Amino acid sequence: MHTSKYNRPLVVSKAVAAPLLEAHGIGKRYGGVRALRQVSFDLRAGEVHALVGENGAGKSTLIRVLTGAVQPDEGVVRLDGRVIEHNSPHRSRALGIAAIYQQPAIFPDLTVAENIALVNEPGGLARRIDRGARRAQAKELLRAIGAEIDPEREAGRLSMPEQQLVEIAKALGGNVRVLVLDEPTASLTERETEKLFGILQQLRERGAGIIYISHRLEELGRIADRITVLRDGETMGTRQAADTDVRTLIRLMAGRELSAVFPKRAVKIGETVLDVRGLTSAAAGIRDVSLQVRAGEILGVAGLVGAGRTQLAETLFGLTPADSGSIRVAGSEARIQKPEDAIRAGIAYVPEDRRRHGVVAELPVRANATLAILQRIAKGGLLQSAAENALAETWVSRLGVKTDGIDAPVSSLSGGNQQKVAIARWIATEPRVLILDEPTQGIDVGAKAECHRIMCDLAEAGLAIVMISSELAEILGMSDRVAVMRGGRVTGVMDRAAATAESILELALG
Amino acid sequence: MNAMRQRAVAIAIFWAVLLAVLAWRAPGFFAGSNIRDIAVINAPALIIALGMTVVILAGEIDVSVGSQFAVASVVAGLLAKAGVPLPFVALLTAGAGAVMGGINGALVTWLGVPSIVATLAAMAFWRELLRWFTQGAWVQGLPAGFQWMGFGQAQGELAILVCAALLFGVMVWALRNVQAGRAVYAVGSQRESARLAGIPVSAVSFGVFTLLGALTGIAALLDSVRFSEIQSGAGAGLELKAISAVVIGGTSITGGRGNTWGTLLGASVLAVIAPALTFLGINAFWEKAIQGAIILGAIVLERVTTSRKMKAHAR
Repeated sequence: MHTSKYNRPLVVSKAVAAPLLEAHGIGKRYGGVRALRQVSFDLRAGEVHALVGENGAGKSTLIRVLTGAVQPDEGVVRLDGRVIEHNSPHRSRALGIAAIYQQPAIFPDLTVAENIALVNEPGGLARRIDRGARRAQAKELLRAIGAEIDPEREAGRLSMPEQQLVEIAKALGGNVRVLVLDEPTASLTERETEKLFGILQQLRERGAGIIYISHRLEELGRIADRITVLRDGETMGTRQAADTDVRTLIRLMAGRELSAVFPKRAVKIGETVLDVRGLTSAAAGIRDVSLQVRAGEILGVAGLVGAGRTQLAETLFGLTPADSGSIRVAGSEARIQKPEDAIRAGIAYVPEDRRRHGVVAELPVRANATLAILQRIAKGGLLQSAAENALAETWVSRLGVKTDGIDAPVSSLSGGNQQKVAIARWIATEPRVLILDEPTQGIDVGAKAECHRIMCDLAEAGLAIVMISSELAEILGMSDRVAVMRGGRVTGVMDRAAATAESILELALG
Repeated sequence: MNAMRQRAVAIAIFWAVLLAVLAWRAPGFFAGSNIRDIAVINAPALIIALGMTVVILAGEIDVSVGSQFAVASVVAGLLAKAGVPLPFVALLTAGAGAVMGGINGALVTWLGVPSIVATLAAMAFWRELLRWFTQGAWVQGLPAGFQWMGFGQAQGELAILVCAALLFGVMVWALRNVQAGRAVYAVGSQRESARLAGIPVSAVSFGVFTLLGALTGIAALLDSVRFSEIQSGAGAGLELKAISAVVIGGTSITGGRGNTWGTLLGASVLAVIAPALTFLGINAFWEKAIQGAIILGAIVLERVTTSRKMKAHAR
């Protein structure tokens, strides 16, 4: 199927000359990271224009620029040829641009009718509420999309697909001209997907333009007229969906060579340290995962957002204990029900969300570095400050943490240095297995290279490292082997030599 | 850290100004006996505020300490009346407090009841239970060895002050040097991070409530020995006084930041206001208004300084 050409789209779009919506020369930086670079994109009335790219390619940022949720550093957005000045979610909404995100943005405690009314009713905050009209409108909108949902139900009690339908009803209410859908079918069944496609069909017949983001490349052939590929914040060109096959798309998404140089060193690979067999956790959505990682080895874990990578790490670390399967560390069976068990077994986990889960911002560097080993720096429950200071100093200098000293609060450090402190905390536990979840996300290039150097040092010291990353270049550049996940399962494991961006994406997209 | 120090400095300046005005307009305030009276009367509130500091540092709150205090006072009185030796009365009273605090802790930790809700319920429950039990009667006919712990007034007062000072010293030291103290800060400032670092967060939450309960029990005993009988309505409003002392002392109401030195400062400020008004000949009616203004000022100061800090950080 990967080589097959797409069928002709079901409906040939009406040819309209001027684009309905146009983004021109958009550039956006977040700190040192360039999220978008000279991106141009246009949408015609009555068209479905698909936007594809791997995680972090800039799709979400582009959408946020279009809806006014973020302001671009350069470039303009035009609607009907006129530049939208001072764009904001409120303004774009008033102009008829509506977006439906992957996670439904509903208010769970309000009713369906109230949710729909919130964005669609005219007037300010002081307006009087007409409950009857509100209910009637909601009913009307829901019927229009063929959804049988009681407008009086609490939105939080609806299933995910039902919430998605409410979102669509919400979007349709405001006489929508441009509809943006971010992975709308991710949580829908096939029948619901069909229904959605029918609704989109009606919309385009009304002359609306649709921007459609999806990782299900095969469905694009059915629904899209044109496809634009984003990679590393740049457009890789726009193509007619009818003339493009999946293989071409994957090649465009992946790119051919690595854009960065990684300080990967070959180190001695030892015995198997982490041996996971048949790991299943219903709570985490992990199914039958088996993995082996040897001493000195870096196992990269790739996959799309939501593929279950973080959940796997949380299961290994005892945050969502496994229902079945076994975890062996250095040959002995580890029963892991809570983080303390994992730490005792020699597993360390540096979580993804550094600010919320990694460091404790209000505590000084010293206390952060020693938080996981309080037992070891305490005698009879008393903290030995000499031991604590010595340990903290050691790790600060070994990892090259740039700080005003070990008593400086962690919040005063840069992102990259905070991450080093988070890593220091876990290395201090002298683990056998180190799990790093998105270790270099959102830190600048220099700090990133240093984190990679540290990973190599740790591997050389005999640690087994599991590195979860959404950045393909990082996965390819740092891993000795690559495991790819999709839907809570491992869909393939490849050696460094065999792993390519294309092969990883194929396994990740399924 | 800096914002906290700033707030402490501002409060200390206010306090110093108040004392200076007193020295100028009513030097009688500084008579040894007056200072001593103020200290003895407020020692129990300080002890409770110490426990409250730990609870707030851990990101929780307990509004039931006033009711716990009343129950513990009556327990102490009844035990003494029954002829239990004083050291055991002290132990059992602290134990009764620990049990009441532990119940709060269990509700919050294992049943997931928000601490404000759980302790509000406990506040009403213990107060009403006591009302039903005593029928509003005071505990009278206490044995001679109970009042002033059998030391006589002068030495009894000294004993109360020594107890409070010792507890204060222990708390200052423990929060800095004991493993559990570090855990309290970590849990209060980033619970999830702490959990991921292998800190037993449930034990910490349960522990802080239990500790506050025990300290409340001790405070109740130290307060009761000043009188020849025990009111069953004791401790009303004490929870507000304790929480105010903590907040005025610069401890963040959302947890994670603060220390017991601040609480000592806060308790000292609150202790001085009412007698200062009396000495300055101002209507005591103003006491609550001034207290409220100080608390509000302290919190606004925190908001202003932290939001400025965050802006600087974002840049």
